[in-house]
Amino acid sequence: MKQLLTGNEAIARGAYEAGLVFASAYPGTPSTEILENLANYKKELYCEWAPNEKVALEAAMGASIAGVRSLAAMKHVGVNVAADPLFTAAYTGVTGGFVLVTADDPGMHSSQNEQDSRNYATAAKVLMLEPSDSKEAKEFTKLAFILSEKFDTPVMLRVTTRICHSKSLVDLEERVDKVSIPYERNIAKYVATPANGKVLRRKLIERLAAMEEYSDQAEINAVQYNSNEIGVISAGVAYQYAREVFGDDVSYLKLGMTYPMPMGLIREFASKVKKLYVVEEMDPYIENHVKMAGIDCIGKSIIPEMDELNPDIIRKAVFNIENKTIQTMKEAIVRPPTLCAGCPHRAFFYVLGKKKNLMITGDIGCYTLGSSPPLSAMDTCICMGASISVGHGAKKAFEQTGVDRKVVSVIGDSTFFHSGVTGLMDVVYNKGNSLTVILDNRTTGMTGHQDNPGTDYTLMGESTSQVNIPLLCKAVGIKEDNIYTINPLKLEETSKILDEALAKNEPAVVITRWPCAIKKFSDRDKAEFDLKPKKYIINQEKCTGCRTCIRTGCPAIYSGKKIVINPETCIGCSVCKQVCPFDAIEQEG
Amino acid sequence: MKQVKNILLVGVGGQGTILASKILSAGLIEAGYDVKMSEIHGMSQRGGNVSTQIRFGEKVYSPIIGKGEADLIVAFEKMEALRWIEYLKEGGKVVINDVEIPSVPIQLGKVEYPQGILEELSNKATTYIFKATEIAEKLGNPKTMNIVLLGALVKAIELPDIDWKKIIRDHVKPGYAQINEMAFQTGQSQV
Repeated sequence: MKQLLTGNEAIARGAYEAGLVFASAYPGTPSTEILENLANYKKELYCEWAPNEKVALEAAMGASIAGVRSLAAMKHVGVNVAADPLFTAAYTGVTGGFVLVTADDPGMHSSQNEQDSRNYATAAKVLMLEPSDSKEAKEFTKLAFILSEKFDTPVMLRVTTRICHSKSLVDLEERVDKVSIPYERNIAKYVATPANGKVLRRKLIERLAAMEEYSDQAEINAVQYNSNEIGVISAGVAYQYAREVFGDDVSYLKLGMTYPMPMGLIREFASKVKKLYVVEEMDPYIENHVKMAGIDCIGKSIIPEMDELNPDIIRKAVFNIENKTIQTMKEAIVRPPTLCAGCPHRAFFYVLGKKKNLMITGDIGCYTLGSSPPLSAMDTCICMGASISVGHGAKKAFEQTGVDRKVVSVIGDSTFFHSGVTGLMDVVYNKGNSLTVILDNRTTGMTGHQDNPGTDYTLMGESTSQVNIPLLCKAVGIKEDNIYTINPLKLEETSKILDEALAKNEPAVVITRWPCAIKKFSDRDKAEFDLKPKKYIINQEKCTGCRTCIRTGCPAIYSGKKIVINPETCIGCSVCKQVCPFDAIEQEG
Repeated sequence: MKQVKNILLVGVGGQGTILASKILSAGLIEAGYDVKMSEIHGMSQRGGNVSTQIRFGEKVYSPIIGKGEADLIVAFEKMEALRWIEYLKEGGKVVINDVEIPSVPIQLGKVEYPQGILEELSNKATTYIFKATEIAEKLGNPKTMNIVLLGALVKAIELPDIDWKKIIRDHVKPGYAQINEMAFQTGQSQV
């Protein structure tokens, strides 16, 4: 049966068909839907959200050591977090097949950087596969488990946004029976002491030689000879673009396995064409391998090494041809993403933005939009969990240099669990003096509402216990009197508590607790919060057009000749009513 | 169909472009085409612009469409038609929902919503302009706006031999089948 699947759906299906038993991930665009789709098969396998990518990879590794096929999925920057266990897993090898899916985001559609994770395969020395559409995403996932077991190595399945989120036709097949290899203690293999490590290191090099030999013969490294004039080497979605641009009249070497590279095959291919192009997104990864073998090729000298590729860019670079386009006099105004109508983060940042003499260190999540106009209440955003530690260091620097400036570190609930709590330990342990604000919106919002250790449910849909954030902060060493939990939608109270917390001369934590405006509310949410939708309207007789409400940045408020609230999108958070100096905003009904 | 056809659906987060493209691609698969479709997720849920690209034909390689390659652009909002018009092929068609959704800089009063978009686009391309949102409201459910536009799309790209009624029924809740069918038909009559 053929189905139109995204790459992420296809990877989930491939893992299911391969008899996968365990999967773990931390959500991150564009990888999130892999685990969400695996959860559809929860009767036959187990999957979970981990607090961060390192935990996800380690847990999947544990399942592999215990003898089953396992998978960890993450976005490219997640691999940085998980790099520590990955490099040693390459030494120990596996028992059950073990696949790491890394989803890169060329063009930074939803990421803070554009790193090319293929470099991890060479650095860690793990086998890497790169599918070019959904059909291959499924097939390569299945192959990845087989190769992992055959070569005793973790296998990295490297995909990109356009693979993850593009749909193409896939044939569905049956699931193979899940295999469990009987567990036996194997100290020499799995206890990575220096003595064992030295032996494992040598074995890794031997494995690499065997993997390279396989790569040269692998069916997924396929040659299509159509011409002896021009040859194109490509992989991943870039191959599809190249195929579109170069057409049927050139020869192709399409690489499905990109580490170890099939150097024998590449040499043979290069010898049969007069001109060789390498078409790839981001770094000159394939190109460097080709050039190191002394083979001349054209790659990044004409094809950009940043941003996402597309057929247009390749066509222009290679043939200097541009399609005719319609040009207009008018220009569309940018449409930047915004915090939703009723978002509890808006209320908080509106208040925080009014406070003077602050450095606000931010973090990764919807609330990074607190840095955008009109709120513009953020100074930094580096990576997951960095807000608290960056804020701590900045405050120490201010103290050391006699600068009188307070520091507020702002972090979401899921990001706090991911890697923020260690920063808070740093603040307490090292006698820091920054204020930490945990924006607890009862979900992982940015990636589309995944549960986390602070919500009520697991990925398997089971009710579970929650991390108690105030208690965790207390356990870390924040004094009980310095821990506040507030409803951020109450602006005056939020302002008062912020002033009080900022006046403390020691570490303090403010937790803003209110659910994301667009999440599906759980029974516990409904029991705890008043979530009945309300509507607000502007009394046009009282409205003076002062635009104070507009400056909250709420997308439900429109300003034309009159300022009006869109009844379709207003959920009644009442922030605009609270800021209106003329009492012109009223609850409807 | 040897030649690959390219369709671009553009709009604002929450306008229902994804369901429309789902129904469209289901119809195309049933008709036996190779289909590729690409969407950008992530930040788009937060009110940013959204785009879905659909390519179909005998064999499709790239999942994305280049500038000057779209046979048809369906804009769920009119400024989005302006934003994506460069992608239209010479002789291509544009279906535009005549509705204005201001973006943040416009709401903040920093810039004005561009005037005269429809006139300019009509002068430069074959356009079908109508108020799909109002049509859907009159039918009794403003959310069927996406299906009104889907009806217009199917007519404009000339895909009559597919049982769209059945495919729509497969994709909406039973109680909403009739109103969506009506929305689809009304949309077809706009082209």
